[in-house]
Amino acid sequence: MQDPRYYQIAVLTGLLVYGIVALDFEVVPLQAVASVGGVLVVQWLFSRWKGAPWEWRSALISGLSLCLLCRTRDIGWCLAGATIAVSSKFLIRLGGKHLFNPTNLALIVLLLVSDGSVWVSPGQWGSVAFFALLLACVGGLVVMRAGRWDVALGFLFCWALLLLGRSWWVHEPLTIPLHRLQNGALLLFTFFMISDPKTTPDSRAGRFLFAALVAIGGWWWQFLQYGTNGPLWALAALSPFVPLIDRILPGPAYSWPKFTPTSTPSIA
Amino acid sequence: MAQVHSHLNSFHRMKTSLLLPIVAALAIASDASAFCGFYVAKADSKLYNESSQVVLVRDGKRTQLTMANDYQGDPKEFALVIPVPTVIERDDVDVMEKAIIDHLDAYTAPRLVEYWDSDPEQRLYPAAAMAPMGPDPFSAPAKRREGAKALGVTIKREFSKGEYDLMVLAAEQSNGLITWLNGEGYQIPEGATDVIQSYIAQDMKFFVAKVNLERQAKQGRTWLRPLRVSFNSKKFMLPIRLGTVNAKGPQDLIIYALTRQGRLESTNYRTVRLPTNLDIPPYVKNEFGDFYRAMFARAVEIEKMSSVFIEYFWDMGWCDPCSSDPIPNIELRALGVDWLKGENEQRPQEGEVYITRLHVRYDREHFPEDLVFQETGDHENLQGRYVMRHPWTGKADTEARKTYFNETLPKRREEEAQTLARMTNWDIDTIRAKQAAYRSPKQKEGE
Repeated sequence: MQDPRYYQIAVLTGLLVYGIVALDFEVVPLQAVASVGGVLVVQWLFSRWKGAPWEWRSALISGLSLCLLCRTRDIGWCLAGATIAVSSKFLIRLGGKHLFNPTNLALIVLLLVSDGSVWVSPGQWGSVAFFALLLACVGGLVVMRAGRWDVALGFLFCWALLLLGRSWWVHEPLTIPLHRLQNGALLLFTFFMISDPKTTPDSRAGRFLFAALVAIGGWWWQFLQYGTNGPLWALAALSPFVPLIDRILPGPAYSWPKFTPTSTPSIA
Repeated sequence: MAQVHSHLNSFHRMKTSLLLPIVAALAIASDASAFCGFYVAKADSKLYNESSQVVLVRDGKRTQLTMANDYQGDPKEFALVIPVPTVIERDDVDVMEKAIIDHLDAYTAPRLVEYWDSDPEQRLYPAAAMAPMGPDPFSAPAKRREGAKALGVTIKREFSKGEYDLMVLAAEQSNGLITWLNGEGYQIPEGATDVIQSYIAQDMKFFVAKVNLERQAKQGRTWLRPLRVSFNSKKFMLPIRLGTVNAKGPQDLIIYALTRQGRLESTNYRTVRLPTNLDIPPYVKNEFGDFYRAMFARAVEIEKMSSVFIEYFWDMGWCDPCSSDPIPNIELRALGVDWLKGENEQRPQEGEVYITRLHVRYDREHFPEDLVFQETGDHENLQGRYVMRHPWTGKADTEARKTYFNETLPKRREEEAQTLARMTNWDIDTIRAKQAAYRSPKQKEGE
């Protein structure tokens, strides 16, 4: 089977170009170079240090995802994001797996420490680009058929249920939850972040449980605490519980097809 | 009972007949530097048919919301209903002077700047919700409270400020609230029931204002001043749903956000920069209002009417070119910017306060949910700035001047025409004809 990461790299690169050209994303080329170059360099350094083979694909995916989600005017924060993302794969590990999705952790750390200099713009995709994005993401599911489609669909199902349920509860018309679901940032999160096979639970039951917990946490943050980017915060907050879920609901660990998994690759 | 002629909304509507197209050609300061460009005209909020203006000051969890209201009808027919997240106390409400909002409008409006080409021999041009009122609802308070209670409506607060009588209401059911408000003389439009019910379900309160005619008469004013309301809530949003209930078409909303950290953006709609820093034909000076309206309509069309537009973002410590006098600290404090240092400064310090002017054209179909915001750390300045370059008016008697008249100028004119056509969807041939007919004041002098 083909390595699904090539498809992801192609989709993320396409999205980045589309975002900059058509959607007026505030990503200057230098920032893109800093994020992508940064992850590759840090990955290379860690590979040398750990004596692991040079693995660029997962690092590139992390770099592209950072470009798509992280907004800043300061190149320094792009480099910091790249460093945090890749180092977390090598340094924060439990039971042979890295704990956090690299991009997710980098974003949350930057949001916490940058004093406002880094932000994530969940509305910037708009709903016009939504269907094209949906198509690309569903395409990704097909390519990843051996991957973690269950966690993506599980999350989306729970998230949709929570949004619909809340709108019903507060007497909002259907157009409101539908508008909230037609969100490009939500699709990116679903298909390129929470579905990371290396940081999700090993068993299918575990993954469904994890997806549901992230959906509930994100919903609580966004609709009861009135915060932004609920799913991002929930994923980072709940990732440390993955080893516990794996202990309760064990399953075989994931490894990338046709690939030696010594370098702990990741999606996003 | 007065007839309903507007929607239940936190904002006002302006009658079409009262619209005055902007007069573009204003006085030009003769000593201004040509390099920075002269500020000559602006496209302020008076351009739009159905427009509202709000000032949103946000500091941590504290929001101060000022609603500008140039309601032109009979003041006894005026009433305002806004959903608010908490009970509003008397000290949380203030009446502002309208001039402050007009000043903010002028300061942040998209502007037209002009340059004059120099002699080509020396150097080429530089690159550079309303419901009408019936019987007096503020009579016999005890009886009213009982009547309200029977309908599940609690009058949480009741007080007066300036020319307004104000109430904060909590309700159990939208039907009860609507029945009570209608009994009190407000006419709440059909279709508002669901929207009001959803605010009640989210435990929101209702801030209701009407004009106290006696006090207004004492003050001798004929217009209504803006109301400022303050509250502490994690919710950082602007309720627009009530305003779309009865609206006949799209409405314009201009938001002036004053923040400590940086630019404001919406988290549930796309926030887009308007095209800016473009060279347009000098004749547009005489129809700058029309130009801006057409360009905005085109931008809305391109975004399928589902985006919020940024018209201006700047550190309030400086501006370039300034389209009005700076906003002094005293005016900013009145709007709720209470973190400013210094009492009598003509403008805030750099880095103290940022202003984002957002412009939304919305209706129920394209903007189904209320606007939600976040403050970003972005400090990249942006202003709607359109440039016209007047040709040099000498004779083509040297090689450089011949090149200027025969090549540089025609090429530039065509580029300007193309830009204008692309931005406004105006017919290119009409543009070219107007370009050919236009003579700048200096050209007229020479003729």
